[in-house]
Amino acid sequence: MHHQIEGSEAVARAVALCRPEVVCAYPITPQTHIVEGVGALVKKGQLTDCEFINVESEFAALSVAIGASAAGARTYTATASQGLLFMAEAVYNAAGLGLPIVMTIGNRAIGAPINIWNDHSDSMSMRDAGWIQLYAETNQEAVDLHIQAFRLAEELSCPVMVCMDGFILTHAYERIDLPSQQEVDAFLPRFEPVQVLDPAHPYSIGAMVGPEAFTEVRYLAHDKQVQALQLIPEIGQVFSEVFGRASGGLIHEYKSDGAETIVVALGSVNGTIKEVIDVMRGDGLAIGSVSICSFRPFPLDELRDALKSAKRVVVIEKNLAPGLGGVLASNVRMALRGATATVYTVIAGLGGRPILMNSLHDVFIAASEDKLTDVQFLDLNQAVVDLELERARTTRHSGPTAESILRQNAKVGE
Amino acid sequence: MSNTDPKLPYAITLDPGTSLANHTGSWRTFMPVYRDALPPCNNACPAGENIQGWLYHAEEGNYQAAWNVLVQDNPMPAIMGRVCYHPCESACNRKDLDEAVAVHAVERFLGDEALKQGWMPEATHADTGKRVLVVGAGPSGLSAAYHLRRLGHAVTIREAGPMAGGMMRFGIPKYRLPRDILDGEIARIVNFGVTLELNQKVEDIPAAFESEGFDAVFIAVGAHLAKRIDIPAHAAGRILDAASVLHDMETSPEPLQLGRRVIVYGGGNTAMDVARTAKRLGAEEAMIVYRRSRTEMPAHDFEATEAEQEGVLIHWLRTIKHIDETTFTVEKMEIDANGRPQATGEFETLEADTLIMALGQDVDTSFLQSVPGVKIARDGVVDVDEHMMTGYTGLFAGGDMVPSERTVTVAVGHGKKAAHHIDAWLKGQTYVKPAKHPLAAFDKLNTWYYDDAPQLVQPQLDIIRRQTSFDEVIGDLDESTALFEARRCLSCGNCFECDNCYGVCPDNAVKKLGPGKRFEFLYDFCKGCGLCAAECPCGAIDMIPEAS
Amino acid sequence: MTEHPSQSVKFYQTGTHTVGNRLLDETKRTVQASVDRSNAITSGHRACQGCGEALGARYALDSAMRATDGQLVAVNATGCLEVFTTPYPETSWQLPWLHSLFGNAPAVATGVAAAFRVKGRKDVRVIAQGGDGSTTDIGFGCLSGMFERNDDVLYICYDNEAYMNTGVQRSSATPPFARTATTQAIGEAPGNVFGTGKNLPLIAMAHNIPYVATASVADLHDLEYKVTKAMGMRGARYIHILVPCPLGWGSASDATIQVARLAIESGLFPLFEAEHGEVTQVSKIRRRVMAEDYLKVQKRFAHLFRKEGKDVDKIAVVQRMADHNIKRFGLMDEETAQ
Ligand SMILES: Cc1cc2nc3c(=O)[nH]c(=O)nc-3n(C[C@H](O)[C@H](O)[C@H](O)COP(=O)(O)OP(=O)(O)OC[C@H]3O[C@@H](n4cnc5c(N)ncnc54)[C@H](O)[C@@H]3O)c2cc1C
Ligand SMILES: Cc1ncc(C[n+]2csc(CCOP(=O)(O)OP(=O)(O)O)c2C)c(N)n1
Ligand code: SF4
Ligand code: SF4
Ligand SMILES: [Mg+2]
Repeated sequence: MHHQIEGSEAVARAVALCRPEVVCAYPITPQTHIVEGVGALVKKGQLTDCEFINVESEFAALSVAIGASAAGARTYTATASQGLLFMAEAVYNAAGLGLPIVMTIGNRAIGAPINIWNDHSDSMSMRDAGWIQLYAETNQEAVDLHIQAFRLAEELSCPVMVCMDGFILTHAYERIDLPSQQEVDAFLPRFEPVQVLDPAHPYSIGAMVGPEAFTEVRYLAHDKQVQALQLIPEIGQVFSEVFGRASGGLIHEYKSDGAETIVVALGSVNGTIKEVIDVMRGDGLAIGSVSICSFRPFPLDELRDALKSAKRVVVIEKNLAPGLGGVLASNVRMALRGATATVYTVIAGLGGRPILMNSLHDVFIAASEDKLTDVQFLDLNQAVVDLELERARTTRHSGPTAESILRQNAKVGE
Repeated sequence: MSNTDPKLPYAITLDPGTSLANHTGSWRTFMPVYRDALPPCNNACPAGENIQGWLYHAEEGNYQAAWNVLVQDNPMPAIMGRVCYHPCESACNRKDLDEAVAVHAVERFLGDEALKQGWMPEATHADTGKRVLVVGAGPSGLSAAYHLRRLGHAVTIREAGPMAGGMMRFGIPKYRLPRDILDGEIARIVNFGVTLELNQKVEDIPAAFESEGFDAVFIAVGAHLAKRIDIPAHAAGRILDAASVLHDMETSPEPLQLGRRVIVYGGGNTAMDVARTAKRLGAEEAMIVYRRSRTEMPAHDFEATEAEQEGVLIHWLRTIKHIDETTFTVEKMEIDANGRPQATGEFETLEADTLIMALGQDVDTSFLQSVPGVKIARDGVVDVDEHMMTGYTGLFAGGDMVPSERTVTVAVGHGKKAAHHIDAWLKGQTYVKPAKHPLAAFDKLNTWYYDDAPQLVQPQLDIIRRQTSFDEVIGDLDESTALFEARRCLSCGNCFECDNCYGVCPDNAVKKLGPGKRFEFLYDFCKGCGLCAAECPCGAIDMIPEAS
Repeated sequence: MTEHPSQSVKFYQTGTHTVGNRLLDETKRTVQASVDRSNAITSGHRACQGCGEALGARYALDSAMRATDGQLVAVNATGCLEVFTTPYPETSWQLPWLHSLFGNAPAVATGVAAAFRVKGRKDVRVIAQGGDGSTTDIGFGCLSGMFERNDDVLYICYDNEAYMNTGVQRSSATPPFARTATTQAIGEAPGNVFGTGKNLPLIAMAHNIPYVATASVADLHDLEYKVTKAMGMRGARYIHILVPCPLGWGSASDATIQVARLAIESGLFPLFEAEHGEVTQVSKIRRRVMAEDYLKVQKRFAHLFRKEGKDVDKIAVVQRMADHNIKRFGLMDEETAQ
């Protein structure tokens, strides 16, 4: 059924359709509406047989989820930004224990300076924690990915993060096709854990493992992700058969066939990118894009294949690896090892800065003329940066940068 | 393997209890071992009773089993529980905690219970065909006869007197040892298969061997000749000796007449008994004159106390210097640095119409003078070797007549010891006493685990009846109080299955074998921490260095 | 079943103090006395010789197993107990057991309890357990959260008064003057210089949870009674067990129980129960000892007993703590307190 609703609300309802048994909630913008929504469904009695637990921190939220999942309950939580970092230790732990928890990340920047707006710094920080990371391009896809995520997690015994851009998706009202309970029930089997805390089978879960077996344990974690490369498209395929629409998979290609310039990005920015591509295609440029849905596991082969015609690849990157450039770009380079295409890193949309069509257009043009530097910051206010650098050079007690930039912004704006 | 189920996550999920594969016993440098140590009570008992052993059964309320253990060593618990001076209790470790276990009271309870129920000891050995003569039916002779019978020998006791019991009957008064009890326990020994011949004074020992064909003879004729001293007297009043008085108490058909005012001279148990007897016979004044002070007196303190309670007046530090009819001149004495009494030259007078000498007894060795090889020691007692044998081959002796402390308990102990030696000798062997375990000392106990439980007080007869009748002074414990008292035993040095070692081992390295079977160490896992030994209440676990 | 031992019959030969005894009525014996005890932690674990934590954990879990008829799950924080019981490829646990992290055991337990509740398995009960470090320090937030939500979890702290697993560092449960690897016995103020230890039982009581108790490996009957009672209740419950660590305290491996006993008998570790924030029961001191008697058997306080002379002032500080406890909790009867 179609609904005109907020992304968070849609995800809340999708999660509820998956019949989670334990849901832990802790507030942080922009994820908050999701858990509020699930909570309300529990309270209203629309989601039954579900324990909704208000906890005292994100660390506790994921810890509760770990316990619940280990005891065989289908478990869900959501967080963002500082919250994800606050639960970092548990994030690794859940994956290490092989617990199929599903967690939504309402992507948001990480402070300091504290910033509540969207970018991918939070989920990127946990990219190697052993979780599967899926990025939704639209709210419809966010809904669909959550339903697939439970099946994926439980089949593999591996936790899954569904990442959706904060505000851009979480707070956007759109028309969403929410499946019926019967459809979801048909798609998502009962949770049959491979291990469970059970007095009838008193295993010890979470043993200490030394050098004699740790490498093997880690190899198996890697292998699980490799298996996911198979499973994600399969589940996507089944999903489209049941629900009548394609959703999920490893990557989405857009006009990339035969393109010389191919743009690669994660999440909602792909919408903007596609619009720019449409314009540029109209102008006769051989440009296309690839949206990466599964960032972990990273679909090296699929991406390499999708990029085979490219002379250059422009990675639009909503996060920064200071001192290196972009995380996504580095991963893309890994996919293109041995190929001749140049990979440009464009850092864009940090801390919620709008990614404008014009700006993208300009940067794609420059790219197609190979006039880009290796690492590029989209819409960087060079004047402000220069002033600040100069100030820091000359004054020892230069004070906080963020505040100073705000002041200079004001000046430059005059 | 970490887990046997291939679906489980490798290495981090493990099958239960798999650490049993890890034998931590290899860490050990000291190993615990259960030991059986000698409880101080057992060690102190002159009759060699396994006191802790029988208390163990009594604690469970299994009185017959307790009694059966008891009579393996001592055939007269009801008597012993009354008259024994219980050195076991002086040695009892519990006295350092609160008060000693009242072993005698439980023993008495068991003894009385046996008489009431008619329990009989179990015969242990088949008949040997050997014949042994026992001379004297005092405690030593009775004990020897009983043990020899247990060992399968045919035993005849010959007693000079008209009744068996020796000093238990002709010394110890009724109010301490009721005669039905005495008779009951003697009868049981006789019924056990011993021949008792009364009014048969034995005069010729060699004849017993030669003409009667006894294979061995045990003599225990006691010490019955009253010691006397000469006191200068002007027409002395009535002077008696304690042994005769007590003897006559038993045999005289008429109540004895001792006089209105009686002085007993001496400070031993006999003096106390005879003074208390005099009181009971109606003496208005029963006095004891003793040349030393209370601390030096040979009598037990409780006896003096009980005598005083009954109105006996004790004149300490006095010697009788002169008697003039009913006037006794006594000199005050002082104890010198060596603990000896010294005359002070100060005098007093006391008035009395009867003097009873209670100065001890000598052994009548006349019938032994002619027996070849028998040696009479300096004090007039008979010498025996470490096998209780006199210089005459096959002739053994014990009790008051050999050098030792003169108590019923020692006499019973001698009887048992002699029986073992006679038995061995008859078989052409030598009896070797099993080696003693090391003593279970107080400092090996962990007394935390015992509750405070002071000794129960046995009931006492009211004072008027004590002064006027020969009813038994000290009463019985009843079942529940005897049980309580038995359970006060700390079980020093021997496991009593409190489960502490089983509980406190952090490594579950102690196996519980079930009731009565105690425990076992699982040395595969024991790390040798020593907690079990430290927390064993009774010190039954030793930590010994691990063999390298 | 949950009648307090101090109110039950006195059994004089062995008191109510021994683990069992053939003469005691079956119902008056401890779980530990039984050959059917579950041995929740079995042999082969790698705890040090005489480890109080290994002992305390078996005591507590075995009685909880009995109380729940074996329907029990344990969640364990990182620490000695976790490390010495589950080094791959062997585990000593014989009940379903989960270790996640150092600071999250209470929350993990909340999750486990929630899962069983939602699955309608009300019979399966959950215990979370950890050392003093994980309880009073790093896991404190999670613990407080669990208390505040009144989740159906019994949390047991095995207090050995330092971070033992990492090599005896100070925790907020480390008592004054104790030498640890981070409060060395050197300089002008040797040993732990501040704090009287964070009093978690009192903090737990401030949460108004149904049940809080302290217990000790030196009083098994009391410990089992408290665990059994706690398992008979629903909601958040807390039991704080003092478990001497021979390694960290510098006490003899065979003295573990004795040291724990001295802690009780000196008044330094009061044994009590509280329900809904109110103290409801206190174990009286039986044979009082001075704080000094407790301190001197532990090398971590050796600097208070140097050859040059005892540090009487510091010993007096500890004695005052003991006296304060005795007064505050009424650990002695009026006459005996004199
Ligand atoms: C008044 C008094 C009170 C006592 N109170 C206690 C007490 O409370 N507790 C305690 O432990 N001890 C007590 N004793 C000591 C104790 O009674 C003796 O140590 C003990 O009885 C000695 O035992 P026995 O078998 O060696 O000799 P006895 O008991 O003296 O027995 C010797 C027997 O041998 C008989 N006999 C002697 N010569 C011959 C012979 N030629 N042929 C055949 N038979 C012969 C005698 O008639 C006698 O029956 C007391 C002694 C006295 C005198
Ligand atoms: C987040 C985190 N910080 C630090 C550690 C290291 N660490 C492991 S166990 C431990 C000490 C445990 O102390 P405690 O909780 O008192 O238990 P004990 O070992 O004393 O029984 C520490 C500091 C860790 N595992 N995780
Ligand atoms: S308590 Fe256990 S590990 Fe320690 S010495 Fe005794 S049996 Fe061995
Ligand atoms: S360090 Fe302490 S707590 Fe850890 S195993 Fe050893 S004794 Fe037990
Ligand atoms: Mg600790």
